[in-house]
Amino acid sequence: MFQVILKRIAIAIPVILIVASITFFLVRLAPGGPFDAEKVVPPQVMKNLNAVYNLDAPIFIQYADYMINLVQGDFGPSFRYPGRSVTEMIFTGLPVTLELAFYAILIAMLIGGLAGVIAAVKRNTALDFIPMTIAMIGICMPTFLLGPLLVLFFGIHLELLPVSGWDSLPGDKILPSITLGAAYAAYIARLTRGGMLETLGQDFIRTARAKGLPEHQVILRHALQGGLVPVVSFLGPAIAGLIGGSFVVETIFQIPGLGRFYVEAAFNRDYTMILGTTIFFSALIIFFNLLSDIAVLMMNPRARSDS
Amino acid sequence: MNNQSSLWADAWRRLLANKAAVAGGIILLTLIMLAILAPWIAPHSYSYQNLDLGAQPPSPTHILGTDTLGRDLFSRILYGARVSLLVGFVATAVALVIGVSWGIIAGYFGGRVDSIMMRIVDVLYGLPFIIFIILLMVIFGRNIWLLFGAIGAVEWLTMARIVRGQVLTIKNQEYVLAAQAMGVSNVQMFRKHIFPNILGPIAVYATLTIPQVMLLEAFLSFLGLGIQPPMSSWGTLIRYGVESMEEYSWLLIYPGLTFTITLFALNFFGDGLRDALDPKISSD
Repeated sequence: MFQVILKRIAIAIPVILIVASITFFLVRLAPGGPFDAEKVVPPQVMKNLNAVYNLDAPIFIQYADYMINLVQGDFGPSFRYPGRSVTEMIFTGLPVTLELAFYAILIAMLIGGLAGVIAAVKRNTALDFIPMTIAMIGICMPTFLLGPLLVLFFGIHLELLPVSGWDSLPGDKILPSITLGAAYAAYIARLTRGGMLETLGQDFIRTARAKGLPEHQVILRHALQGGLVPVVSFLGPAIAGLIGGSFVVETIFQIPGLGRFYVEAAFNRDYTMILGTTIFFSALIIFFNLLSDIAVLMMNPRARSDS
Repeated sequence: MNNQSSLWADAWRRLLANKAAVAGGIILLTLIMLAILAPWIAPHSYSYQNLDLGAQPPSPTHILGTDTLGRDLFSRILYGARVSLLVGFVATAVALVIGVSWGIIAGYFGGRVDSIMMRIVDVLYGLPFIIFIILLMVIFGRNIWLLFGAIGAVEWLTMARIVRGQVLTIKNQEYVLAAQAMGVSNVQMFRKHIFPNILGPIAVYATLTIPQVMLLEAFLSFLGLGIQPPMSSWGTLIRYGVESMEEYSWLLIYPGLTFTITLFALNFFGDGLRDALDPKISSD
């Protein structure tokens, strides 16, 4: 198993470097320079700016410099906010985004997992149909629609919860976390139900029941481990979706996280910021995929022997 | 030939027996017709601004109300349907062409070709494509054709995997071996023996890709990185709706409702098609 993990890591590192290289050259392909602002800048100033940011060097030298700095964790300066580095901005936004993502996953796991287990145990009853129908709605309802609707209802009509900000008013983390977590709760509910149904049909469950174990012990101690495998393998790829979702949620609720920085950088054409965050997000996603693969390997003996 | 048509007839019968799928199909057909006929049935111009009128709640003249610039919301949703559905179909077609070719080549030739091609798919799977689409839109400008291409270029991966799996199964069947022994050329083999047999799964997955593509487009348009004014998709309408929802909630609710219903219809229809054509393909 360690060999499999090492092999995965050995693949992941060159992939991150290739992504970084492709992104670097893509950004350089962009028409116009980073300093093509609204006002016209005198040629000499432009030349100095380019010299300061090393943009007058041949592209391959720039590339080599960038990659060397990157390996050391330095993403270069921001073109839009002079004096601030991209690394600094990433680490300002990251804790906020991670906290948001953590609450969202927590909500998704608790609600989705519970609904899925109950639906599987009480198969074909109202306790199965109702949560599963809600889950279907949750999957079809995009984040950028659910968020505003929640704001409209709980924030504006009922005036129960704050509708924007992060860590400034009590309860302002509730709506963003629910908005981001809802779709995942729905997916997890469906996956848990499927996984539990499959596990509950297996021989060792019959054995456990035949031994006279009470039903809650059968479910909690025996069925849950197998039933949650699909959920765990979903969590890795879900991180990619969570990052996309954080763009929307952070924009709607005006949260100063990495997602909003990224969207702002895209609007401002802050090329170094886009480049840096793209590489950072890619590395993050590849890392979480790796983690969820390893977790699945550990949970499922069959997958272990297959690979 | 006879056998084939009876397979499709069977599938058709199973599809008609599925009420949710039929309802989804009817909603979709209606929407497509409305989108095509939009210039003739839209009661007002989608771009005519009447600033004196401003945002009006639904009334007999403007059945879904008007937006802050006095434009008729119903007409804008109709025209938005053209853009949203066009993105859905064109980007899915792009994904289809890439994914099916990739899957057939990998599955048919097998061996090293297969393992290299599928390794590439595995690696691409792990990448944050949403970010790359945003990157492309930023770098090359917000061009609708680029949007089609970029979304299509992202969504082909699963298609390639499904098609490869099907081709692998078919390739080892005796009639294919027999055809090979008779010296049938590769092109003929694809056309006559392999392609007709993978059509079912392709149709199913294509139907399920359309809603994903539409979601992606709406997501980009919501962030302001997709369709640009004066054109509007449902995503841009939702974006405007959110901006003014505090006073004019109908501007968010009607476009949002239309979009959600469409996604529902597509998902139900796709699920129904899957059950009808091949009950064996798993649901996730």
